[in-house]
Amino acid sequence: MSGSSDAIVVGAGIVGAACAAALARDGWRVTVLERSFASAGTTSVGMGHVVAMDDSPEQLALTAYSARLWRELAPRLDARSELDVCGTLWVAEDDAQLDAVHAKRVVYAAAGIDAELLDAAELARAEPRLRAGLRGALRVPADSVVYPPGATLRLLEFARADGATLREGVEVLELLPNAVRCAGETIRADVVVNAAGTTAPSLTRGLPIVPRKGHLAITDRYPRFCRHQIVELGYLTSAHAMTNESVAFNIQPRATGQLLIGSSRELVGWDARINHDILRRMLERAASFMPALRDLSVIRCWTGFRPATTDKLPLIGRWEPVPGLWIAAGHEGLGITTSLATAALIADQLAGRATQIDATSYSPMRVLSAGTAA
Amino acid sequence: MTHTLRECDVLVVGAGPAGMSAAARAAESGARAIVADEGVAPGGQIWRPALRSSSPVVAQRWAARLAGSGAVVLRSTSIVELRRGANDGWLALAESNDGGFQIAARSIVLATGARERFLPFPGWTLPNVVGIGGAQALLKSGMSVRGRRVVIAGTGPLIFPVAASLARAGAMLVVVAEQAPRHKVLRFAAGLWRSPALLARAAAYRAAFLRTPYATGTWVVAAHGEPAVQSVTITDGASTRAIECDLLCAAFGLVPNVELARLAGCDVAEGRVIVDARQATSMAGLYCAGEPTGIGGVDLSLAEGEIAGLAAAGRQADAALLGRASALRRHAAAIDEAFALRAEVKALAKPDTIVCRCEDVRMRELDPRWSARQAKLYTRAGMGACQGRICGSALECVMGWPADSVRPPTQPVRVSTFLQDIQSAQSLPHGAH
Amino acid sequence: MSAINIIVDGRTLAVEENATVAVALLDAREYAFRTSVSGEARGPLCGMGVCYECRVTIDGVPHRRACLVVVAAGMRIETAAARA
Repeated sequence: MSGSSDAIVVGAGIVGAACAAALARDGWRVTVLERSFASAGTTSVGMGHVVAMDDSPEQLALTAYSARLWRELAPRLDARSELDVCGTLWVAEDDAQLDAVHAKRVVYAAAGIDAELLDAAELARAEPRLRAGLRGALRVPADSVVYPPGATLRLLEFARADGATLREGVEVLELLPNAVRCAGETIRADVVVNAAGTTAPSLTRGLPIVPRKGHLAITDRYPRFCRHQIVELGYLTSAHAMTNESVAFNIQPRATGQLLIGSSRELVGWDARINHDILRRMLERAASFMPALRDLSVIRCWTGFRPATTDKLPLIGRWEPVPGLWIAAGHEGLGITTSLATAALIADQLAGRATQIDATSYSPMRVLSAGTAA
Repeated sequence: MTHTLRECDVLVVGAGPAGMSAAARAAESGARAIVADEGVAPGGQIWRPALRSSSPVVAQRWAARLAGSGAVVLRSTSIVELRRGANDGWLALAESNDGGFQIAARSIVLATGARERFLPFPGWTLPNVVGIGGAQALLKSGMSVRGRRVVIAGTGPLIFPVAASLARAGAMLVVVAEQAPRHKVLRFAAGLWRSPALLARAAAYRAAFLRTPYATGTWVVAAHGEPAVQSVTITDGASTRAIECDLLCAAFGLVPNVELARLAGCDVAEGRVIVDARQATSMAGLYCAGEPTGIGGVDLSLAEGEIAGLAAAGRQADAALLGRASALRRHAAAIDEAFALRAEVKALAKPDTIVCRCEDVRMRELDPRWSARQAKLYTRAGMGACQGRICGSALECVMGWPADSVRPPTQPVRVSTFLQDIQSAQSLPHGAH
Repeated sequence: MSAINIIVDGRTLAVEENATVAVALLDAREYAFRTSVSGEARGPLCGMGVCYECRVTIDGVPHRRACLVVVAAGMRIETAAARA
């Protein structure tokens, strides 16, 4: 069936790369069109945390499923992907957060995710550089860290091995029924996947995706400064509320020994300049959890834009107004984690296979039925 | 934590010749001037205070003038971030040994100097393979070279003073190799008669290492040794020979330090900050002087610094000063022409030669079709602590890749320094000084 | 000039005061300042704080540029050899 059909994936970020790999494996003749170069967009500026998140049951189902796919893929990743199964620590500052940590463990257990409670003393032993007086933490040992551009290149290698073609520097101007229009050419395809990240709405009008700006700072190499990706429980609140700006403590040990320090969220359109006030508050927040951070050297700070949706769930599935068009976009800060599940959901539906998790919650058609189109 | 803010009319970044003359002229004009420099004393690399010898007379004269001008000198201080402040002014983030602080200034003179250009060749990462200016800097810091066999391989007029210093310090200078062809060097030397002072300077330097051959049209091919350099292979294109040595000084000219200017938004073309006759950049209130506007040497740096310092203080340079600067710029253009890099030195790296020394990225990992940004994301080239200062300039030559965008800070700084970075600093009560 | 003592990789070394750490190490024939990420020995290159090749641990603080730091009596320096 699909063995003789053409598919175009628009965007060679990690989501597009994962879709290309999955479709090529199913026998589609895949062409990936990238306006810049592979991983140039949000993929190159994010953290690369593969994490189970429970903002909603649907989010937990998708992240848990995708984390499983990352574990299955692990043996085929290369050094450049920098996979490190360091686990996540969700840290509680007070009793209310400690209660939330307990509740979180129950939710994770129900979803089949192994997670353990650490009391204050166990937390101090697990991460001695955290400040004294924290109440405890939830440890999710299977969470991991990857280097997103490296993983993206690896996924594209898989796609190419199955016959896919990557064309960089090709800007797609319009998505047509069973075709895309680029400068100077229109390419026909049975299936077109809009995986254009933050720019997906410019190709598919009506997608409720807005750029949600973030700041990150990376340090010099300090091996074993911390062992887990450590996130304050308040991060969930920061990520959830679509407020104009928020910061939350989130630190990631890289395979290189460097530390990636986040996080911030702002809704300021496409203004990519560093907001020094936000950057300072973000680093203050981090240093309040790990005072020894103050003396470490920062090598670089930068900003990036997450493709955020208003209802906190990505848009994955068929876009019925345009024949042949599928959407794989709007992953906000979870695109690295959920890239593999996104690709699997689309590939399974295109092949007529049963999906591993219920795909309806992620369908972009919810946008039209809810009348929330922008 | 107390927040520290210093205020001034003119902030000068860098206290080499351009920064010293800029700060002195600005302060003499009545401006409250601050000059910040990473070194332990003003002078920059060229007039770096030496442990065992005295500075040139002109350096001493400018040091005295700066000291008497009323300008405040901040030593061991790096400016790592620059942006617009209140009232059309500028706000700089600084780090010293005591921590981070901010400097608010009405105008800024960027006198950030230059660094050496290093090009990758097999063995260039071995210990005791250093820059040519690098050797000079280490020598001035007290490095002992007595009795050590030294080879210099590089290009440009900088070779002369360094060879002279090494010889005077007792090094056994085996050979001095200049990659530029003989006819170009001779034509350049012949032009020096127009500037007797420069000719005398060059002759004095050459006299100091007269027993060492100065081989033009000759360049380094590889360095060898374990655990440090023991020999170097040089060639003139026809014949190749290996020379035993204990120290190899190899570099390929100078690269303007334009990172801070780029971060502040100044127009930069061909690696130089674009300025007008008053040394004003494309950003209002931001001036640039000396090597960042194009490699031109001490005298031009001094002249440009004076013009920039006056302009930053709201004064106009006189016609004589402006005339001197343009004459010196013509001389600089002649140097550029004479010592242009030959194609061979841009192609010395073998597939397994390291090109990014911070991240140990090898030549074979790079794809000529990439950009500098792709190389960085895909291989980590340029991602390390030097922030691409070394490999970025090298890959610009070797691969033809323009430098990647500049991200703050312009050099690694402590997290605590960023905690001093208050957005609305100038609206804070001034009691926080 | 007078000499002061510093401790390099646990070994006491008499060096000239006012010398930079880089020069003190080079004069003591300590050429391997740091180990690169692929395991090579590295020493000073630019001599002026740009290249970060001469980084050593000074008094417990890693990544300090030896070419910019002046020695002080009792200073403890760890080079690549300490970690080898």
